[in-house]
Amino acid sequence: MSFEIPDDLRYLASHEWVRQQDGTVRVGISDFAQDELGDVVFVELPDEGDEFDAEESFGVVESIKAVSDIYAPVGGTVTATNEQLLDEPELVNDDPYGEGWMIELETDADLDDLLSPDEYREQIA
Amino acid sequence: MDLREPPLRDTHDDAGAQFTDFGGWEMPVEFDSIRTEHAAVRESVGKFDVSHMGEIAVSGPDATALLNRLTTNDVAALDPGEAQYAAITDADGIMLDDTVVYNLPAGADAEYLFVPNAGHDGEMYERWVAHREEWGLDATVENRTTAYAIIAVQGPDAPDLLGGVTDVDLADMARFDISAGDVAGVDSLVARTGYTGEHGFELLCPWDDAETVWSALECQPCGLGARDTLRLEMGFLLSGQDFHPEDNPRTPYEADIGFVVKLDTEFVGRDALEGISVEGHESELVGLTLVDRGVPRHGYDVTTPDGDHLGTVTSGTMSPTLGEAIALAYLPVEYAEPDRSVRVVIRGEPKKARTTATPFLS
Repeated sequence: MSFEIPDDLRYLASHEWVRQQDGTVRVGISDFAQDELGDVVFVELPDEGDEFDAEESFGVVESIKAVSDIYAPVGGTVTATNEQLLDEPELVNDDPYGEGWMIELETDADLDDLLSPDEYREQIA
Repeated sequence: MDLREPPLRDTHDDAGAQFTDFGGWEMPVEFDSIRTEHAAVRESVGKFDVSHMGEIAVSGPDATALLNRLTTNDVAALDPGEAQYAAITDADGIMLDDTVVYNLPAGADAEYLFVPNAGHDGEMYERWVAHREEWGLDATVENRTTAYAIIAVQGPDAPDLLGGVTDVDLADMARFDISAGDVAGVDSLVARTGYTGEHGFELLCPWDDAETVWSALECQPCGLGARDTLRLEMGFLLSGQDFHPEDNPRTPYEADIGFVVKLDTEFVGRDALEGISVEGHESELVGLTLVDRGVPRHGYDVTTPDGDHLGTVTSGTMSPTLGEAIALAYLPVEYAEPDRSVRVVIRGEPKKARTTATPFLS
């Protein structure tokens, strides 16, 4: 099975993606991760203003069959959470890189330290 | 130890199934998505390979006596072509397993067949043989777990789908009836049983003919993931999880299946269960629905609103049909009435829940 791995993102070995935006980064879980989890039925997200270190758990995603922590790819302060996931957690399955995003962080971290798309492809191959 | 494989293992692999170890068997847990498979069964029809279930055949002059003394229900009440749900208990009335006992239709090559849960076939075979010897009964006991494949066809459209490939008159079958007939050219047993709460059938066919029967039933293949969410919506027990003789020893009364205990028959555990039926039991399997957001899961604590421990979740899920988080837990019997307020502790946080009559799905 082939999974969508957009070239404009960076990745964590634990299957989170991160996208550079103006002033913030947006975070979600990869197509591979949502497929492994199966039907996502619940997402627990932090509050705006919460601070996390890189690789610290910031929330939980639950499918019918599994519970998984989600980790911050970089350290920073939460500036936004995707409230839509509280009522429509299935967006994580349907659109993991779009409407299924999870949080936005204010950070000064360098995303180049994270896995490139090719490195992530190699990991899940 | 190598996992046992169902006869359709390669067929499931070709269909893209994900597999899991279930009772020592390598079984498909999911084909497409649990939500899709669950909805197919509730709304139309789905098929399950449940060949991991055991089959023990019992025949001979004392077959009825042997089965009656090792299961809690009244086997003598069954006519050929009828089946019943029963518990198998030890001398203390603790459930070792739950099962369906089939009194097979005339012409079958055994008189009775009972179906232990996955991985219990060896233990149950030995139990039956040992008690046959102890009691000096004249009965033949055979473990036919790898002689029969079982394919469950479940859902409101199951009669139409199955009716197209069998000569068995499905319309005449009442729940828990079993008939012999042709399914897709294969001599099979067709039982109006299942574990989803839907209209449906379980087909017992020769192990080597499973592919023929499976492929003739053109509908959504479903894995054990959907089977679990479907059975939980009905409040049906999962052996090993909702009860276990060592890890979670429970009587049929505690497991809320007291209706399978017939105290006017003689069986192992009867005296203990009679005592409990008089004295009462302290805890009972109770349905829970979460009010707060979250998903209750096996092992989570259940408390009072003040935080006093009441029990532990044995099964829990997000119900695909109801869109609500549901669970089963053993709680003090006074919590068996609906709408009592409790808490389910999820990752350290007490989440509001209320007791709910089962089945969750009316």
